[in-house]
Amino acid sequence: MSRHHATVAEAAPRAGAPDGRSLPRLLAEVPSREPMSLDHHLAVHGELPHEHRHGRRHESALIERVERAGLRGRGGAGFPTAVKLRAVAHGRRPIVVINAAEGEPASLKDRTLSELLPHLMLDGGELAAQAVGAEEVIVCVCESAIAGVESVSAAIEERSGESSVRMQLSTVPTGYVAGQESALVNHLNGGPALPTFTPPMPFEQGVRRRPTLINNAETLAQLALIARYGSTWFRELGTPSQPGSALVTLSGPVAYPGVYEIEHGASLTSLIDAAGGTTAAARAALLGGYAGAWIDGSLLGGLSLSDEHLATHGASLGAGVVLLLSQDACPVAETASVARWLADQSARQCGPCLNGLDALAATVEEIAGGTVEGNASKRIERLAALVRRRGACGHPDGTVRLILSAVETFAAEFADHARHGPCEACDRAPELPLPARSTRDARRREPVTF
Amino acid sequence: MSHSSHKLRLNPIACEAHGMCAELFPERISLDEWGYPVIDGEPISPSLLSHARRAAQACPTFALLVEKDKAPA
Repeated sequence: MSRHHATVAEAAPRAGAPDGRSLPRLLAEVPSREPMSLDHHLAVHGELPHEHRHGRRHESALIERVERAGLRGRGGAGFPTAVKLRAVAHGRRPIVVINAAEGEPASLKDRTLSELLPHLMLDGGELAAQAVGAEEVIVCVCESAIAGVESVSAAIEERSGESSVRMQLSTVPTGYVAGQESALVNHLNGGPALPTFTPPMPFEQGVRRRPTLINNAETLAQLALIARYGSTWFRELGTPSQPGSALVTLSGPVAYPGVYEIEHGASLTSLIDAAGGTTAAARAALLGGYAGAWIDGSLLGGLSLSDEHLATHGASLGAGVVLLLSQDACPVAETASVARWLADQSARQCGPCLNGLDALAATVEEIAGGTVEGNASKRIERLAALVRRRGACGHPDGTVRLILSAVETFAAEFADHARHGPCEACDRAPELPLPARSTRDARRREPVTF
Repeated sequence: MSHSSHKLRLNPIACEAHGMCAELFPERISLDEWGYPVIDGEPISPSLLSHARRAAQACPTFALLVEKDKAPA
């Protein structure tokens, strides 16, 4: 690879580049209902810059630019995007997969991108394909995201004449682990959308055994902006260790729950203000979704939405989920229902996940019902240790993280339930969104920016 | 020094909790309460390597792997 070529190419920001300090970026002029048309998209962001490599031996300038921008994956794991691009750029006939198969019930951002801004993520997929020398882009969208499937399908059709790559849509069965990389590869190879044993990793041997780049929909949307406006522009927002903006799904007792674009490092208070303020006091906030961690309500006033800051509370933004739990809810009953749902989402492939998550969920249910015998927290700790790092994917570890965090954050409530059984709030309708009951109200929340 | 050692790795999807491995290589493999192997991932000393290989060969689902592990350069 020649660095030489790459350094030449840090393009000066386009003449029409937007002010780097201003938001929204991704959500600029986002329509509230209909998807943004190709013409409208090009009017907002300009033509797609072309990133042809100067032959196989030279690295694409875009990869260097993405590296300088410091872009990290937005699907939850936060892996450096440039490293991922490089890993397949050397492979033979790589394939690019846009991962919009959002299985996290508390996240709506990838669904929003698919529904309303399909061209932005398709741009990112096309640019990534050019950068790694791929001729094929596959867009994975959850089959339950009907509007997203329609919109992406129409957008692919709309740009078919002008696209430098072949694009196709694949609808993925809805499931919490279906969006996991090896599960997507499994699905695209004709198998079930369930994780497989790795290595080989998708970048080594993925779709049709070819090197496969799988990037989250938002990651590629961000990449499409970096390609147009440059890495310096990208870094004008965010923190040095986490540059740029991010899409965040805010839900819970706020006036306008939905998808917001924030600057990394913005305060939680400013996000809540943008959502019209709280409608009830928050007992705690769940950061990062159902594989994430709780932060006590008393700490929320000083919370800053960057991973560096959240790490001091044992949390991270993950795929950009911020979920407030109201003071009126019962955190034990809520944890019990989420833990059961997560146990049910096990692919039932790995023994420790299948048995361990069920046992963990049962223990939390027993605590919530006041029927638990013996030392319940010891039991949870023992089961957690039996489950952790023993699955083929990260699902068991994520579920353990959530349960342990709930037990710690809501220690008083857990102790009270274990001793005295259900509280008055246990009978309230659950607040935390789960697909079985929230498909209706999770639909059509309008994205807003601030 | 690029000295290669060996480690055990389990394919948790293939594993069906037959338990042969723990029987044949109790030095490094125990079973959890559901019968699935709990594996010590530390390098296997040369004197134990034949036990590890026997355990891997005995697995009916080929879920246990003895892998060469390059020591960090």
